[in-house]
Amino acid sequence: MEWLQQLINGISLGSIYALIALGYTMVYGIIKLINFAHGDVFMIGAFIGFFAIARWGLGFFPALILAMVVCAILGVLIERIAYKRLRNATRIAALITAIGVSLLIEYTTIFFRGAQPEAYPDVIPNKSFHFLGAQISMQSIMILSVSIVLMIILQFIVHKTKIGKAMRAVSYDEEAARLMGINVDNTISITFAIGSALAGAAGVIFGIYYTKIDPLMGIIPGVKAFVAAVLGGIGIIPGAVAGGMVLGVVETVVSALGFSLWRDAAAFVILILILIFRPSGIFGKNTREKV
Amino acid sequence: MKKSKVFWIYVAIALVVYAVVQFMISSGNFDMYYSNLFITIAINVILAVSLHLVIGITGQFSIGHAGFLAVGAYVSAIFTTNLGWPFPIALLMGAIAAAIAGLIVGIPTLRLKGDYLAIATLGFAEIIRIIFLNIDYVGGAAGMQVDYLTTWTYAFFVALITVVVISNFTNSRHGRACIAVREDEVAADSMGINTTYYKVLAFAIGSFFAGLAGGLFSHNFFIIQPSQFGFLKSFDILIYVVLGGLGSLSGSIIAAILLTVISLYLQDFPETRMIIYSLVLIIVMLYRPAGLMGTKEVTDLFKFGKKSKGGNVNE
Amino acid sequence: MSNLLLKVEDVGIHFGGLKAVSDLNMEMYQGELIGLIGPNGAGKTTSFNMLTGVYKPTEGVITFDGKKMNNMSPHQVTKSGVSRTFQNIRLFKELSVLDNVKVANHSLAHHSVFSSILRLPSHFSGEAKMERESIEFLKIFGLDKYMHELAKNLPYGMQRRLEIARALAAKPKLLLLDEPAAGMNPQETHDLMELIALIREKFDLTILLIEHDMGLVMGICERIYVLDHGQLIAHGSPEEIRHNPKVIEAYLGEEVAE
Repeated sequence: MEWLQQLINGISLGSIYALIALGYTMVYGIIKLINFAHGDVFMIGAFIGFFAIARWGLGFFPALILAMVVCAILGVLIERIAYKRLRNATRIAALITAIGVSLLIEYTTIFFRGAQPEAYPDVIPNKSFHFLGAQISMQSIMILSVSIVLMIILQFIVHKTKIGKAMRAVSYDEEAARLMGINVDNTISITFAIGSALAGAAGVIFGIYYTKIDPLMGIIPGVKAFVAAVLGGIGIIPGAVAGGMVLGVVETVVSALGFSLWRDAAAFVILILILIFRPSGIFGKNTREKV
Repeated sequence: MKKSKVFWIYVAIALVVYAVVQFMISSGNFDMYYSNLFITIAINVILAVSLHLVIGITGQFSIGHAGFLAVGAYVSAIFTTNLGWPFPIALLMGAIAAAIAGLIVGIPTLRLKGDYLAIATLGFAEIIRIIFLNIDYVGGAAGMQVDYLTTWTYAFFVALITVVVISNFTNSRHGRACIAVREDEVAADSMGINTTYYKVLAFAIGSFFAGLAGGLFSHNFFIIQPSQFGFLKSFDILIYVVLGGLGSLSGSIIAAILLTVISLYLQDFPETRMIIYSLVLIIVMLYRPAGLMGTKEVTDLFKFGKKSKGGNVNE
Repeated sequence: MSNLLLKVEDVGIHFGGLKAVSDLNMEMYQGELIGLIGPNGAGKTTSFNMLTGVYKPTEGVITFDGKKMNNMSPHQVTKSGVSRTFQNIRLFKELSVLDNVKVANHSLAHHSVFSSILRLPSHFSGEAKMERESIEFLKIFGLDKYMHELAKNLPYGMQRRLEIARALAAKPKLLLLDEPAAGMNPQETHDLMELIALIREKFDLTILLIEHDMGLVMGICERIYVLDHGQLIAHGSPEEIRHNPKVIEAYLGEEVAE
C-alpha cells in the first residue's frame, strides 16, 4: 500500500499549493498580474502563526485566524501602495514591481529577525491512524479538512455573495463593471484580502506539517503554486485546486521514486509542458488576439 | 560617416579606461579588491547588454538569464579545469554551449507571450540549475573548483566585443526587425519579418554572451556552486536592464556599472542592500516605469546623432 | 482579361462553434481594383486575415499567383507578394517614420547577420539601398519631411498614409487595404482615393479595398464583393451592386438596427 501512502502525502502537500495557488489565480484573474509577493505573504502567515502559538500561547485555530487576518491586511496594503498605480502600466513594469515587493518583504523580515530558521511548535497531537496499510497522521487530516473548509467558503463567497459577483464581473470586464456601478477598487482590494488570507492559512499549515520555517521559505512554494495555477488554467478557481493537487502528488511520486533532488525540477517541467502544449491550462478556454 | 566617427570616439574612450585600469593594476595601485570590482563590472555589463538585446530590443520578457550564465560558467570551467584547454577556447565553448541552451529553451518557449514567457524562462533557468545540482562530475551542491584565470584584460575585451556586436546587430535591418517584433508582432509578421526566427536569434545571441560572461564569472572565483545561479541572480541582471531603461543600450551599461559599485559597497550589509535594491526597483517602476534612460541613449543626450529610438549607441 | 492573380475557393473559417466566414469565393485579375464591402461584423477583416495568413482557413483553398497559400504564415504571404494595412493602425510606434518603412523593406535586402555584426561592405551597401528605397516611398506619400519623427507623433491622417507607404515598401503584387479612410474627413478621403489610384498606376498594383462606407468604393472600384453575416451575398459592377435587393436589405437592415 505504498502508493496510497504517497497519494496521501501528495494530497497534503498539494492542498498547501492549492491554497497559495488560489490567491495567485484570483489576483491574476482580476488584474492580470503575477503577484510574485504572494509567496512572501505565505511566509508572513507562517511566522504570524509561529509567534501566535509559540510566544503568545494561542491554540491552532486562533493562530490560524490571526495569521489570515494579518495576511489579508498585508495583501490589501501591498495592493494599495504598490500595485494600484500600475493598473495601466506595462506588464513588464507590473511584474518588476511585484518582484521588488517580494524582495522587500523577504529582506525586511531578515533585517528584523535574521535569516535563521525557526522550529514550529507541535499544536496538533501527533497521532496517526492506519488505513488500508497506509499511515495517516492527524496533521494530514487536519491540513486536508482545513483546506477543504476554506475552499468551500471561498466557493460560497465567489458564487453566492454580492461581492463574489462583483469580483467575477470585474475580472470579466473591468470597464463594464465600473459602468454598472461596481466599486472596482474595493473589489480588487477584497480579492487581495481573500487571496492573502488563504496564503496566510497555507503558511500556518505548512509550518505545522514541515515544522521548519524561514524568511525565504515563500519563494519556491510561491513559484510552484503559480505553476499549479497555470496548470489548472489561470484565473479559474477550481483549476487552482486541481493544479495544486496534481503538482503535490507528482512531486511526492518523484521523490518516492528516489529522485528527490529532481523534485523541484518536476514542477518546472510540468510548467513548461503545459505552457507549450496547453497554455490555457487544464480547465482553461483558448483565447485569441483580435487583429 | 558621422555615425561611425561617434562610434570610434566611444571605443577610444573605452580603451583609455582600459589602459588606465590596467596600469593601476599592474603597477600595484589597485589591490585585489579593486581589480575584482572592475572585472565584476565588466561581467555585469556583458550580462546587462546581452539581456538588453532580448528584452529591450526584441521585447521578449526573459527572466531566466542566470541559467545561461550557469551553462557558460560550468562548461568553460570543465574545459579549463578538468580538460586543461586554454582559457580563451574554454570561454568560447562555454558561450557556444549557452547559445545551444538558448536555442533549446527559446524554440519552444518564445511562442509564449508576456507573463507566460517570463515564467517559462524562469522555470527553465531553474531546471538548468537543478541539472547542475545533480551532476556529480561538476561537484553537485558542494560546487566545483575552478582555476583563477579571469583577468581585467579578458573581462574588458569580452565586454567591449559584446557591446560592439550587439550595437552593430541592433543598428542593422536585423535589429530593426527585432524592434518591429517588440513594437507589434502581428504587424511585423505581416511586413515580411520572420518573427520566430528573429526572436530565437536574439535569444540565442543573448544566451551566447551570457555564456561568455559565465566563463569569466566562474574563473573569477575559486569555486562555483549551483546556488549562485538562482532566481536572485536572474533578477539582478533583469534589474540592470529595467532600471537602465528598456531599449537603451547605454542605459543598461550605466545601470550595471552603478549597481555593481553600490552593491560592492553594501556587501557587508546584504539585507540592507536588498532592501534598498527592492525599494529603488519599486519606486522607479511606480514613478519612472521607462527606467532611467527610457529608450534614449547617451549619444542622444549630447546631440551627436539625429533624434532616435531603439538602441543606437553608435548611430 | 489579363491573368488570374488571386483565387479564393469555398473558403471558410470557424472559431470554436462560431462560423465567422463561409463559402467565400473570389477572383482577382492582374491590375484590378476591387472593393470588399459589407455592414459591421460581416466578416471583412476576418477574410483579410485569412488572405494574409494571420488566420488559417478551416476550409477551402486560397491560391495566389499559382501558389496555394492556406498554410503560409503572414511573413511568407508577404514575401510571395501580398501585403496589407490594418484597420486599427498598427505602426511601430517607437520607430521613426523612415524605420517603419525600412522594416517592410526588410525581406528585399540580403545582407546577413554576420555582415552586419562585422560591418562588412555588403552591410553598408544593403542599408544604403534600403534607405534610398524607403525615402522614395515616403516621398510619394508626402511623408519624407517627417522621416525622423517617431511614428506615434504623426497626426492621424499621416499615420494612415504611413500604413499604406509601409505596406507598399514590401513591393507587393496585391495590396490589401483595410478601411484606409476610416476616421478621415471628406477632403482627406478624397485625396487618399486619388493617391490610391496613383500608386496603382505607378506600381502596376492589384488592390483589394475593404470599406464600410458603400458610397466611397462605388466611385473607384471596378468590381465589388459584398459580405453579410460571413456570407458573400453579391458580386458585380458598382452599378449592379447599387441595385441589388440583397445588398440594399443588408445595409438598410443595419440602418434600422442602428
